Amino acid sequence: MIMLAFLLQTIRIAIPYLLAAAGGVMSERVGVIALGLEGMMLAGAFGAVLGSYYGGSAWIGVLCAMAAGLFVASLLALCTLRFRANQVVVGIAINLLVIGATRFFLRLAFDSASNSPRVDGFGGEGSGMGVMASFSNPLVWLGLVSLPALWWLLWRTPFGLRARAVGEKPEAAATLGVHVGALRLRGVLLCGVLASLGGAYLALDQHQFTDSMTAGRGFIALAAIIFGRWMPLRVAAACLLFAAAETLQIQLQGFQLVPSQFVELIPYVLTIVALAGVVGKSVPPAALGKVE
Amino acid sequence: MAVRMSQVSKRFGAVQANRDVTLEVASGEIHALVGENGAGKSTLMHILSGLHAPSGGRVEVLGRDVTGWDTNAAIDAGVGMVHQHFMLVPTLTVAENLVLGREPTRGLQLDEARAVADVRALAERTGLRVDPTRTVAELSVGEAQRVEILKVLYRGARILILDEPTAVLSPPEVDDLWTVLRGLRAQGDTIIIITHKLDEVVAISDAITVMRDGRSIARFATADTTPRDIARAMVGRDVVLALDVKHAAAVSSRVRTDGPAALAVRDLSVRGDRGTRAIEQLSFAVQPGEILGIAGVEGNGQTELLEVIAGLRRADRGTVHIGGQDVSLLTVRARSDAGLSHIPEDRHRRGLVLDYTVAENLLLGRQHHFASKLGTLDHDKIARHAEHQVKTFDIRPPDPSLPARALSGGNQQKVVIAREMGRAFTVLLAAQPTRGVDVGAIEFIHARLRAARDAGKGVLLVSADLAEVLALSDRIAVMYEGRVVCLLAAAQCSAERLGPFMTGAEHAVAS
Amino acid sequence: MSTSASSRADGWLRRAAQAMLAPVLAVALAMVVGDLLILTYGESPATVYHLLLEGTWGNWYGFGQVLYKTMTLTCTGLAFAYAGRAGLFNVGAEGQLAAGGFAAALLGLWLPAATPAVLAILLCIAAAMAAGGAAGAVPGVLRARFGASEVIVTIMLNFILLALLNYAVASHLSVPETLHTEEMRAGFVPRLGETFAVFAGSAANWTIVIAVVAAVFAWWKLFRTRSGYELRAVGLQPDAAEYGGIPVPRTWFRAMVWSGAFAGLGGINFVLGYKHYYEEGFAAGSGFLGIAVALVGRNHPIGIVISALLFATLSQGGLAVNALVPKQLVDILQAVVILAVATAVPEVQRLLRKSAAALLPSATSEAGT
Repeated sequence: MIMLAFLLQTIRIAIPYLLAAAGGVMSERVGVIALGLEGMMLAGAFGAVLGSYYGGSAWIGVLCAMAAGLFVASLLALCTLRFRANQVVVGIAINLLVIGATRFFLRLAFDSASNSPRVDGFGGEGSGMGVMASFSNPLVWLGLVSLPALWWLLWRTPFGLRARAVGEKPEAAATLGVHVGALRLRGVLLCGVLASLGGAYLALDQHQFTDSMTAGRGFIALAAIIFGRWMPLRVAAACLLFAAAETLQIQLQGFQLVPSQFVELIPYVLTIVALAGVVGKSVPPAALGKVE
Repeated sequence: MAVRMSQVSKRFGAVQANRDVTLEVASGEIHALVGENGAGKSTLMHILSGLHAPSGGRVEVLGRDVTGWDTNAAIDAGVGMVHQHFMLVPTLTVAENLVLGREPTRGLQLDEARAVADVRALAERTGLRVDPTRTVAELSVGEAQRVEILKVLYRGARILILDEPTAVLSPPEVDDLWTVLRGLRAQGDTIIIITHKLDEVVAISDAITVMRDGRSIARFATADTTPRDIARAMVGRDVVLALDVKHAAAVSSRVRTDGPAALAVRDLSVRGDRGTRAIEQLSFAVQPGEILGIAGVEGNGQTELLEVIAGLRRADRGTVHIGGQDVSLLTVRARSDAGLSHIPEDRHRRGLVLDYTVAENLLLGRQHHFASKLGTLDHDKIARHAEHQVKTFDIRPPDPSLPARALSGGNQQKVVIAREMGRAFTVLLAAQPTRGVDVGAIEFIHARLRAARDAGKGVLLVSADLAEVLALSDRIAVMYEGRVVCLLAAAQCSAERLGPFMTGAEHAVAS
Repeated sequence: MSTSASSRADGWLRRAAQAMLAPVLAVALAMVVGDLLILTYGESPATVYHLLLEGTWGNWYGFGQVLYKTMTLTCTGLAFAYAGRAGLFNVGAEGQLAAGGFAAALLGLWLPAATPAVLAILLCIAAAMAAGGAAGAVPGVLRARFGASEVIVTIMLNFILLALLNYAVASHLSVPETLHTEEMRAGFVPRLGETFAVFAGSAANWTIVIAVVAAVFAWWKLFRTRSGYELRAVGLQPDAAEYGGIPVPRTWFRAMVWSGAFAGLGGINFVLGYKHYYEEGFAAGSGFLGIAVALVGRNHPIGIVISALLFATLSQGGLAVNALVPKQLVDILQAVVILAVATAVPEVQRLLRKSAAALLPSATSEAGT
């Protein structure tokens, strides 16, 4: 029973990571650095709450979240693909922009500096399902299938083959008639949608939007991507690993075996270790960050 | 006629790459397109394969006027080009690289099994044997090339264009390639092969078109000609660069052999970027007061040799001495201080920091001589140095505060020359010193190189321009596949004599 | 001689004007976005911008606060620019800044109260720079030795450093019920208000002078020393630098150490000059804003001081207009400026290069075959 509770909580924590990491893998596989994940998630969270509050349904919230994610991703694509601005700078600016914009519009929409009013989310709380309630949330299922589905998309379809070619050696793909720019645009937009769904899950699960509520989850997703070496299934495993560590930390809070701060650091430390190549080097797609 | 190109011209800005070129290739023949670097061969084939549109003339394929078509149209009509540089995605498998852009599908899915089967069948049929399931990164150079050819065939090409296909192949791999090409010819395919190696031309082709300076010079049937005829048409200069006896005599008295050599290279072996041997057991010496010219087709180990001598690349074996001092283990900077000057072959990539001013570029590599102990740069000294060098080497416009990017090619090269020759040195590496430079600057640079020689410096001149090597050198070595295949006094050399060595038609003569 | 001197001055002016073009365009674009956002709140842009100026440059207190924020932003801007000149992205100023502040506060706590003021201040500055430099050395060595992306390493290191510092403060060093350490015993830098009464009440302090000195030092090091010459060559064209005998990986490492040291120096503003203790999140956001400062300042130390002043004005101005529109308006504007500069700079450069090429046809007539 304890194991089951542990597993369920791990999955709940992992869903936003899984969705955002799926988006990030898509983006980086076509060669665009996914530093804007945090911003896309936050935009999704805000959109979800805005939509469900004013639209009266979690589904409308999800639609609004996707629209917000698409908007942010389009902005990123405009700057980096159309105008070839530096992807690192643009990614960071996107994050700052969304933090500022959500706060700004939080006050406009809900007249509060810190949080939105309560929204319903996907419900299930009153149904007597207890901790299983989470699983009445379709986003949970979407999160669980996102990375396996992405694996299928990238490794089993013509689109995926082209995407991987574009992220690795765009000039080779171009000589075979693959439209590099269009493919990258699609990758970035898909990233925006997936990451925003991660944010939407977070907000609907907590039934409100709070200021900067993603709290670095976009970067943990990025850490999972690097630690999982840009392979969807490994990335999924990394997301679950990071989430399990967090769950463990929460459940052991009373025991003080290790300071909780140290457990939080696991994803970041593992990422650096992976990049330094201490145990099998993590090598990004060759054309990552290079748009000519 | 599979291909008929008539009166084809192509300009790039001020450069006339092709003028009034005629090329006729019969169906089912292997046609060699030969000529020196920059003769316009690749441009002509880019026009045929739809990468460029011609500025003038007419292109016909199988009797149809296709002038100005694009690559997709060319592919659809069965014309495919294998480029000199591999265009493969290293992380994908052979089959994936082949089907990319034209994937067989089953429902929404990529039909991997069919892709593999198709590729395997194609490989079997053409003799281009390679395992479709292997990752391209694991392939040898020869295998990667087979994949490139398969890629074109997979798209239905019946007219194949191969741009310098043997440049990166070892001799047995070349033999395999010939077998494959003959097999394709037997199946009725037409093949155009760009090369400047005459032994290859003779070995494989049915007919030959020679290009020089953007024009088509001659068309031969291979059976009716000799390598010497082809070489003469390729090099084509009527001027025979005979050195008179007086000059030859002057050579021997000027060259000093009593002291240590200015530059001595012994038993050098170097691996190239692809892990293959780029240089094999190379030894030579440059004496003070002599210009040793290295002739040879590019890609025969010259770049690696220069980088090893300069300290930019590690040798697997062998030593480098400058003025008698062993510098094999020294850094770039220490070699420079030991008396090495280096005009690099690519001034835009290595020789200049394009966004630095002329004055700043004039100290690159020497910056530690312009700094105080505290590390502060002495700007008065830099300015004086720059003013002086700009004047001495006639750099125009004479403003050291301009970024190097704003100068013409010739003046950019003068900046490099001023920096490397406007100081004390023992030996000078001059790599392609006049490439992309106007005529006036060429004369100036040649005069400078002769002056350095007369002042008792050793000069190692590496140039793809045979005329330049012949005009300047005291001795000439020809490099072919990482070895010196011939080393002769300049008086004994002529284009006709060296051509066979450069193209691998003759081997190993040392004086 | 005089003509060449005047042409050099002309050239400098022209380059400065060209460098300014993209940032000016970006700020103009941000203003337009700002107008639209202000309108969503039904306020008049003119009123809001007037209030913003009024609350910053319009009175001594506001101006003092601007100066206070300028100090930190100058340092983090220098940090980003210094690494940027070597072709690297130091996104870790946030953590390096905190590490610097922490080290300075710790040393100030440990030093005896009787330490001579100048000595104590110098020691604390050294501690701040050393801590920041050490934080920069990690991504530096990982990049130089293993080729690990300094972008990712610095981002991850931000989280690690901040968590570790927070842990150290929360569990061992904090005053109960607070998130800050005890007050230091030595190493105080006086506030400007103590000398100029008009600044009374504002956080402005004399560390602003140290920031300006740091900017001058960075300028000197980048443009007047051999190591700066080598560093910039590595950033512009690593292959040419290598040919010029410059050890590229070592240059990267040194650039990251100095970059971290500049960021660490920013920590003394709050610690030595203002509160005299380390507090969790004392300068949150200043590290990332340093990127904006450096971009608008075009990675030039002088430009960075001016641009830091601009961003400090925006930050402080946000508070001044908060009654009419949320102060986060400014956060949006800052992000828009970064996006616009990052987008406009390559575009403007392409255009300038094109027009330069049109003037000097000989420089481009080398298209090969």
